Amino acid sequence: MNTRMDLFLTFSRIGLFTFGGGYAMIPLIQREAVEHKHWISDEELLDVLAIAESTPGPIAINCATFIGRKVARFGGALCATLGVVLPSFVIIALLSFALQTFAQVRIVRYAFWGIRAGVLAMILKALWKMFKQCRKDWFAYSIMALALAASAFFGLSAVLIIAACAILGILYLQIGRAKP
Amino acid sequence: MTVLELFWAFFKIGLFTFGGGYAMLPLIRQEVLAHGWMTAEEIIDFIAISESTPGPLAVNMATAVGMNTAGIAGAACATLGVVLPSFLVILIVSRFYVRFRRSRLMEGAMTGLRPAVIGLIGAALLTTGKDVFFANGFVLTPALVVSICIFVITAILAFRKTHPILLIALSAVIGIGAGYAL
Repeated sequence: MNTRMDLFLTFSRIGLFTFGGGYAMIPLIQREAVEHKHWISDEELLDVLAIAESTPGPIAINCATFIGRKVARFGGALCATLGVVLPSFVIIALLSFALQTFAQVRIVRYAFWGIRAGVLAMILKALWKMFKQCRKDWFAYSIMALALAASAFFGLSAVLIIAACAILGILYLQIGRAKP
Repeated sequence: MTVLELFWAFFKIGLFTFGGGYAMLPLIRQEVLAHGWMTAEEIIDFIAISESTPGPLAVNMATAVGMNTAGIAGAACATLGVVLPSFLVILIVSRFYVRFRRSRLMEGAMTGLRPAVIGLIGAALLTTGKDVFFANGFVLTPALVVSICIFVITAILAFRKTHPILLIALSAVIGIGAGYAL
């Protein structure tokens, strides 16, 4: 099979069988891209994840683009990324048609009313998981409080807050290293 | 031009989200509400749908918002917008990624970014919580009590690593039961 076609099909499979996205996708990528196809090594996959962490965008897209480029240059990157996106695109496009049709049905309305409280719990869980992985010192806590207040109470734009905190982080490391 | 606005809004969302998944929520909320593309409640509904369908949350949300706003063309533009920044950045960075990862500038930026994202998600949780519990003002109603019960139960289960789809199904069942009972 053509390598690009193979990339496209493999990553569509990964996209189709990952629920929740992001880190849920890593075991699948490991099995498909490392163990079956030998596109990258385990070490390289760890590198990709580290890069995905420090570059913008969904982790799944970062991984697909990286592996695709490594295997078959630009065309490979394009095929792998398209593959990972396509299944969810098609499914959501169909579902939003269905939802618009059934949104006013009583039982659907009740179901989503219940679901909203459940989604809050899932956001809380995601928040806690990220908090556990984050460094915990006065600087990190101050940035968290600052970002939370700026967004929730002062309505500042998230883009602005993210950019400002990145700059603060750079300054903090520079100053920390300058000290004896 | 709605489709161009969709593309640009989701391009910004893709460009400024670090860490994927829920890190995107604060930005999506801000852009979508500012443009009036969805209500706060619809955003939460689509988070639930994104969690129970395959694929990255960001792509699911982009497709859903685009579809809701401008049909299939809107969905395509929003999805392209959210994917493009990471696609381009990885193409560029993968050439010299070891140096990129170890650069002091990047390390410093991440030192600030990680806690910032946590603060932003915290803010999104607060405002989303207000939308869910107090959509009709701060009044104690039976519906509010049920909502809080669902939240507590699913939170306990979520921390015990119950699968998100099960959590959503359970909340839906309680919601339907309580909806007909109240």
